[in-house]
Amino acid sequence: MPAPSRHDFEVLLRRHGMELPPLAIDTLQVNITKLCNQQCRHCHVDASPARREMMSAAGIAKCLEILERNPRIGTLDITGGAPELHPQFDGFVEQASALGKHVMVRHNFTVQLDRHPLSGESKEYLPAFFARHRVEVVSSLPYYQQYFTDTQRGAGVFGKSIEAMKRLNAVGYGIESSGLMLNLVYNPVGPYLPAAQAALEADYKRELKAKFGLSFNRLYTLTNMPINRFRLHLEKTGQLEAYLDKLAAAFNPAAAEGVMCRSLLSVGYDGRIYDCDFNQMLELGSADRGGKPLSIFDFDFDAALGRRIVFGEHCLGCTAGAGSSCGGATA
Amino acid sequence: MGSYYESADLKKFGDIGRHAKALADDFFKYYGNVTGTDGALSKREKALIALAVSHAQKCPYCIDAYTTQCLENGANPDQMMEAVHVAAVMQAGITLVHSVQMQNHLTKLVL
Repeated sequence: MPAPSRHDFEVLLRRHGMELPPLAIDTLQVNITKLCNQQCRHCHVDASPARREMMSAAGIAKCLEILERNPRIGTLDITGGAPELHPQFDGFVEQASALGKHVMVRHNFTVQLDRHPLSGESKEYLPAFFARHRVEVVSSLPYYQQYFTDTQRGAGVFGKSIEAMKRLNAVGYGIESSGLMLNLVYNPVGPYLPAAQAALEADYKRELKAKFGLSFNRLYTLTNMPINRFRLHLEKTGQLEAYLDKLAAAFNPAAAEGVMCRSLLSVGYDGRIYDCDFNQMLELGSADRGGKPLSIFDFDFDAALGRRIVFGEHCLGCTAGAGSSCGGATA
Repeated sequence: MGSYYESADLKKFGDIGRHAKALADDFFKYYGNVTGTDGALSKREKALIALAVSHAQKCPYCIDAYTTQCLENGANPDQMMEAVHVAAVMQAGITLVHSVQMQNHLTKLVL
């Protein structure tokens, strides 16, 4: 029998006497397309303008049905790719909002300014659309300066992001009294851990206000997951082992307790259910206790809540240091 | 014989406690207290100072380690490069201020 890898996450959990069963399902995170107007160097989805995967209309209808029938799922978190490029995106938001759900959108700032890569359609209506449906907007901005942002997300992204933030601020996003939430996401531009969330948020607020007059609500710090495009970069540059060592050495039990897979379900474009967007991209599907793969097309809340979360080496990314989740640090 | 300053050797820093362990333990405790906590200076400010010292002392291990530390504490390349310029200008200034000694001696020697 081969010796366990020093990066084996389950071995690490056992060593700390930890189990991490699901606690709740309060969020349905749906990845409706891998099509994206950008091609970021760290993207765990491998999203790009060349991708064509789209959730079907039937899939979106099924997600809405699940939301309607399960009041314990209070939040719909729509992601991609750039989810706004999906032809049924607007309807999905409108109907989930009409159900009284809290709707979050993982929004590329640049999608407001870049035309749809396939149809050429303008997306400049998005700030007003988001505001009308009280959508919580969550957008990546790897730093408050151009260098890191353009290095990670592509040339010109920083300038467009600043313009898009101005447009969101103009309709009330990120302005405390409006109740319209604009949260930013920081992630390192390489194989290192994020800085402390609170201190970095203060830097972002000070610098973005002083230089551009911009406001936002919260900054979420995320760790880069060693999968797909970022993993390939680490392998090519001979940094993979060192990065995994760093993540494993920084394992934090308190961060592990708060991992997002314990309170959300991730849905792929084809309706398959996963523990998180990372497992989805690695095709590590969720199954019920009988081993039957979970899907939105025969959804059973209790079976999903009773599932065993699938862990892998990449989970080291969510449990290192202050932790990492779609809502930022977990410890 | 391999090369001096192998980057993989940085991971062996903790091994200095193989001998005279108590002293190494004292050092690492002091090291952690100084660099690993926010005090009157933030961890970021300390990391930038350490980065400058790393350059002044020309320690490749420290340059690698504190480049990463600076980034992990939210510093940016402009701040890091300015810190290196502080080290550089201090070294230049230290060289130049010694010319006062030269001037003094020159004054003494020259009729």
